Amino acid sequence: MGIQSAAGLLTLVAVLALAAVFLRVRRLAHDDRAYAPVQGNAYRVRAIIFWVMVVVGLPLTIWLVRVNPYSLAADAPQVVRATGYQWYWELDRAQVEAGRPVVFEVSSADVNHGFGLYDAQGVLVAQVQAMPGYINRLSHVFKAPGTYRVLCLEFCGLVHHGMTTEIEVSDGGGSDG
Amino acid sequence: MAEATILPRAVHVADRGRLWVMLYLAATGLVLILMMLAGLLMRLAQSGWLPLDPALFYQLMTVHGTGMVGIAALGGAAVMWHFLSAHVRLHSWVMGGNLALFLIGVVAILIADLIGGFAGGWTFLYPLPAISQGVWPVWAAVLHLLGLLLVGVGFLIWCLEVARAIIAGYGSLARGLGWHVLFAGSTRDVPPPTVVAATMVAIVTTLALIAGAAVIVMSLVNLAFPAVPINPLLAKNLIYFFGHVFINATIYMTVTVVYELLPRMTGRPWKTSRVFLAAWTVSTVMVLIIFPHHLLMDFAMPVWAAALGQVLSYVNSFPILIVTGLGALAIVHRSGLKWDLVSALLLLSMFGWMAGVIPAVIDATIAVNSVMHNTMWVPGHFHFYLLLGLLPMIFALMIHLVRHEDVTPHGSDLEAVLYALFGLGFVSMFLLGGWASVPRRWAQHLPEWMVWDQIASVMALGVIALTTVFVARFLAHLPALLREG
Ligand code: HEM
Ligand SMILES: [Cu+2]
Ligand SMILES: [Cu+2]
Repeated sequence: MGIQSAAGLLTLVAVLALAAVFLRVRRLAHDDRAYAPVQGNAYRVRAIIFWVMVVVGLPLTIWLVRVNPYSLAADAPQVVRATGYQWYWELDRAQVEAGRPVVFEVSSADVNHGFGLYDAQGVLVAQVQAMPGYINRLSHVFKAPGTYRVLCLEFCGLVHHGMTTEIEVSDGGGSDG
Repeated sequence: MAEATILPRAVHVADRGRLWVMLYLAATGLVLILMMLAGLLMRLAQSGWLPLDPALFYQLMTVHGTGMVGIAALGGAAVMWHFLSAHVRLHSWVMGGNLALFLIGVVAILIADLIGGFAGGWTFLYPLPAISQGVWPVWAAVLHLLGLLLVGVGFLIWCLEVARAIIAGYGSLARGLGWHVLFAGSTRDVPPPTVVAATMVAIVTTLALIAGAAVIVMSLVNLAFPAVPINPLLAKNLIYFFGHVFINATIYMTVTVVYELLPRMTGRPWKTSRVFLAAWTVSTVMVLIIFPHHLLMDFAMPVWAAALGQVLSYVNSFPILIVTGLGALAIVHRSGLKWDLVSALLLLSMFGWMAGVIPAVIDATIAVNSVMHNTMWVPGHFHFYLLLGLLPMIFALMIHLVRHEDVTPHGSDLEAVLYALFGLGFVSMFLLGGWASVPRRWAQHLPEWMVWDQIASVMALGVIALTTVFVARFLAHLPALLREG
């Protein structure tokens, strides 16, 4: 399962669970009971949720910090310089090989743009901001060969939605990309 | 704990303050409907059903984003002022001054965007206002930013007045946050929930507005003297600090209606417990320091900032999910409450806020942000908590005022249920778009994305119809309400 589907599923489950709680409270509100026992129960539930969030959630999110795109591939990467202009991308090469790291050196000549890499099925696989005055290095290993697209992911003016280009990813089998 | 445990009283604001609250709500309602219509046009364009010139799309996007953030604050200010004025003495001329600056700012922004053609987004990310390839003239960018500055100055004065009144009534902002109770165990002068929320709002909004004003002035200088550059990463940090804190503070303003009305409806007090105070203090700090979650894809930022952005965004969800949300549920659970429009809107608002936090926290995880940042997931998250969290709180106050602040149940809650269903349908389509990698802020969509846009357009019609019903009911009673006040 891709990251998007995992995030979507987690959101769906959590929102449905929350909705179930709200619907139950809505259904039972008319039942007139004393506040103290209801409140006591709520405090117990609150303590349970709190400790689950601290003991399970917090270590999980701290651990997940290590899954990030910030560190660069060390072993002989293929390097692509990508510069954003209103409203087109300039790449110094548009062919790379799958299975070996690619480092994109991303910058902008004018305003902020967003360098979004989409695979042949239209799924976003990685991104980095393109900012004037900075070179942001994004390292990525293409899993499969195919025609990938770059879509602009930061609002940059009139033709933001037209600011796309393509990258050809060949099979890493041998031929020089 | 005497003061904090009794039920909130009905608010009787005899002076002009009440008049201004009514006018704020009226302006909020009218601008809200117009902005929703602008949103509908954008969604129809993305659906492929309405051929809209991209230049106009981005102008509407700028007007919609700016206008919606503006009325979230205006409506929030009305709600908070209304309830806070029962606890501290506020000077009502500040409400009038803020409204005047707001309206002048709105006119400036509308001229700049719709006549001047400015379309730099509500985040006016440097250096876009100055560099448009001739799409808009420099004067339009200047006028838009000046309009924002006026609105910001108005709210800054408003926040300072709130802070002054709390200091006058409770001794200091620290006591407004209840630190003498939280840290020293005092049981005297315990601030009621509304005062605690207002203190937090005054502190964080003031800081947000100072950062916002600073970056607006820097941008204006740059527009006048293009040779004076700004560091784009610094500008981005200032803008997202301002934007994140400001829009988040609006829901901390409106939540006061939940704190005040649910106890009166159920006869169960909302106690200022130490857990409650701790939650608000944590929120005050967190809302100021988690904004780097907007900069996770700026690899020029230090890695520690990104790591903190991720972890603290998660921690920030504790106070709302565990304390305010559960507190509201406990107050209504088996309380004998009979649902009517106002109470159902309040219940919905807590759901919308809590549920809207979930996709946000998930997206603040760096690994997820890599493939969901600046997709439709983001408008999915914030429309969730604004449309289904913040707006129902504002509608609840409108209807409550129409009913002369009588909290005995009236009629059915059907309209709230319908609003919830259309709203959920509408925001789900943004989230599904994000799941399918659809980029945000694209004037034209690929055919394979349009199905989400089309369903969303239909749902938006329902949301707009019900919003019109709520606002029209308030406006119809406005003359009578003003005469009474
Ligand atoms: C019927 C109701 C609404 C509709 C149809 C609507 C529609 C839209 C659309 C189509 C976008 C642009 C999405 C994109 O990135 O492609 C948008 C953005 C936005 N909306 Fe709404 N919206 C509605 C209600 C609201 C409300 C109630 C608020 C806040 C109180 C709000 C605040 C915003 C903001 C801040 C943006 C971001 C603008 C930007 O990206 O620069 N919207 N909305
Ligand atoms: Cu762009
Ligand atoms: Cu944020």
